[in-house]
Amino acid sequence: MKYLDEFRNPELARRLFAELHAITTRPWAIMEVCGGQTHSIIRNGIDQLLPPQIELIHGPGCPVCVTPLELIDKALAIAARPEVIFCSFGDMLRVPGSGRDLFRVKSEGGDVRIVYSPLDAVRLAQANPTREVVFFGIGFETTAPANAMAVYQAKQLGLRNFSMLVSHVLVPPAIAAIMESPDNRVQAFLAAGHVCSVMGTWAYEPLVARYRVPIVVTGFEPLDVLEGIRRTVVQLEHGEARLDNAYARAVRPEGNVTAQRMLADVFEVTDRGWRGIGVIPQSGWRLSASYRDFDAEVRFAVQDIHTQESTLCHSGEVLRGLLKPNQCPAFGRECTPRTPLGATMVSSEGACAAYYQYGRFVQLEESDVTRI
Amino acid sequence: MSRVSDFSNWTCPVPLRSYPTIVMGHGGGGKLSAELVEHLFAPAFRSDALDALGDAAVLEVPAGRLAYSTDSFVVRPLFFPGGNIGALAVNGTVNDLAMMGATPRFLTVGMILEEGLPVAQLGAIVEAMAAAAQAADVQIVAGDTKVVDKGHGDGIYINTSGIGVIPAGVQIAPDQARPGDVVLISGEIGLHGIAILSVREGLEFGAPVASDCAALHGLVAAMLSAHRAIHVLRDPTRGGLAATLNEIARMSRVGIEYEESRLPVPVAVAAACDMLGMDPVHIANEGKLVAIVPADAADAVLEAMRRHPLGAQATNIGRVVAQHPGVVVARTAIGGSRVVDMQVGEQLPRIC
Amino acid sequence: MCLGIPGQVKEIYELNGVRMGKVDFAGITKEVCLAYVPEIGVGDYTIVHVGFAITQLDEASAQESLRLFEEMGVLQEELADEVS
Repeated sequence: MKYLDEFRNPELARRLFAELHAITTRPWAIMEVCGGQTHSIIRNGIDQLLPPQIELIHGPGCPVCVTPLELIDKALAIAARPEVIFCSFGDMLRVPGSGRDLFRVKSEGGDVRIVYSPLDAVRLAQANPTREVVFFGIGFETTAPANAMAVYQAKQLGLRNFSMLVSHVLVPPAIAAIMESPDNRVQAFLAAGHVCSVMGTWAYEPLVARYRVPIVVTGFEPLDVLEGIRRTVVQLEHGEARLDNAYARAVRPEGNVTAQRMLADVFEVTDRGWRGIGVIPQSGWRLSASYRDFDAEVRFAVQDIHTQESTLCHSGEVLRGLLKPNQCPAFGRECTPRTPLGATMVSSEGACAAYYQYGRFVQLEESDVTRI
Repeated sequence: MSRVSDFSNWTCPVPLRSYPTIVMGHGGGGKLSAELVEHLFAPAFRSDALDALGDAAVLEVPAGRLAYSTDSFVVRPLFFPGGNIGALAVNGTVNDLAMMGATPRFLTVGMILEEGLPVAQLGAIVEAMAAAAQAADVQIVAGDTKVVDKGHGDGIYINTSGIGVIPAGVQIAPDQARPGDVVLISGEIGLHGIAILSVREGLEFGAPVASDCAALHGLVAAMLSAHRAIHVLRDPTRGGLAATLNEIARMSRVGIEYEESRLPVPVAVAAACDMLGMDPVHIANEGKLVAIVPADAADAVLEAMRRHPLGAQATNIGRVVAQHPGVVVARTAIGGSRVVDMQVGEQLPRIC
Repeated sequence: MCLGIPGQVKEIYELNGVRMGKVDFAGITKEVCLAYVPEIGVGDYTIVHVGFAITQLDEASAQESLRLFEEMGVLQEELADEVS
């Protein structure tokens, strides 16, 4: 068992598709919350092989995409300072703030570096005691333990030249916000497998109960995604709403308790803005009081930077499945993958970017070759 | 990971003045410059044209069409598993000529050295260039060296330009793909890019992967002797297979479809891509080519490729179609399809 | 979000007072922080995200899923075969 190729088996995928076609009798709108799942769906062409009644709505689960413009502008301001080594995950470099991105700051002389792990940034701080090393701490609950460990270790090592610009976001409040929306269309959720590996599944029970919505914890390989969809459709077709775990090999109900203990020490819950959506109450983490010294927003006094999101962008409605990407007036005009206005055009897996790419193909294709 | 080129045993044929590193004077046109040429470049790159040490090389070329190409090489780190910047600079330009069906004949070499570059490293790079040139049967006929201040370069930048002779009857160009043609790849993809990433500062990982850096003109000659009417040849370097197929699709105004399950992706390349969130079709190669050939020639060309050591794992990955011109579509292993686009910029490790 | 891939723990050691290890991903080896999987041992599989092991993989659950997939769609296929 290597836990990889086994879950990419084309023959088993064919069986799952056959099962899905057999059990689906009515139209269902299902949101995959996680950008990793969206990636898998598009990368493998899963969406084209599903029964036509199943509509997948690509959710707000890409931390790069939902990081608010204001925070990116703060990152750009910090990264441009001569004493700073600004460290970020690779995804974040291309995300535009108001008019420029981290690549541009780098080209203008900013010391911007890509790291694979937040601990690499801690090592950079150790190796460069005369420089200020700032790590762009973005991510959902999955990434939070890694970022927390970096701050914890910096404190243990007494590193005064390390700080973190934190923009952590949480999945359950986002699901609640989507369900609270008066024009919500989402009928079920595929919950993000790796988020649940860390946090467990208990936080989703109240959501299932309050909104009577099926939530199925789902993995990322093609068979995992198909099994998540299958279990969701079974519930929908039977009029049920339960919390189900289709990714049991990696997710325990209680989650990773060791990691949760660290998170409780390093972070505290806060309101957080989501690009294209706006502020969702209690939907993020910031550094807790005992780690406030490591907060880059405080250290570099960028709290006063305030940025308005583009009024042209309708990505919030796209994320909630209310608008197809090409129904947005800015789609393909002011907003393209090279000049993205909102979250959904930023990432190549974002709903708008995927639509933009695929649209080029579908418009030109006479026959519907993508269906089996 | 010890396959990074070892230059500890390199010794200068005639000791240069006691500098262990490059100093500004090595590019100043004085005695230090002359010593570099006389003791390092000239012996390594020995050719009649170079020995003449004139202001320009004088070449004897046959009548007919010439291919002429130039490319500059910047790579970090300079030495990586399977090669170094020197081998890359020679093979890169040799391959650009070969992709037009030309027989590579002459190269020129321009070097920008950064003050402080260890002379031993320069020696190892020059030696690799000489060995690559010899293996590719090309002469290095002219060269130039400049030195820039420390901090103004990554050790060394190399430009190579090359001239090759195109045999009569060969008409290869990126706009020649036609619907019905077959898409061939000469072997496993992603090796060079993953080898570089595995030793890139801050990203280091252990990988049983070495760069595929190699000169492809011999393989091309073998293919052309099997069938003269090859439509397109391209080496999928930066941007990988995806960029190359997109360029061909756009220039030829055709669609291209390939089967993902037929792509030769080494296990370690697939694993590294999974880990970094990258796609093997976006990873650079330095010793592979894509051939677009008429369907009735595909078997003959493929057979000729497989008989050549650099094409032993050559395979048919897809076809050219009239639909969706300019767009490349992959058929996925589970039977779906997706549009394969070029990367906007450099490929970066993802977390999401 | 959250690119995480399975790998096998090959080696466990301490660095800066933190539990670290070498994890193998089908031939690729990478240094990984194991602080959040204190119970994991050499030979076990884990999911790694940004250089951190976030959970231990459970083989029995994985086998159970695969067994379930084997049974999927078989009935539909038999019916389809009879019709065609």
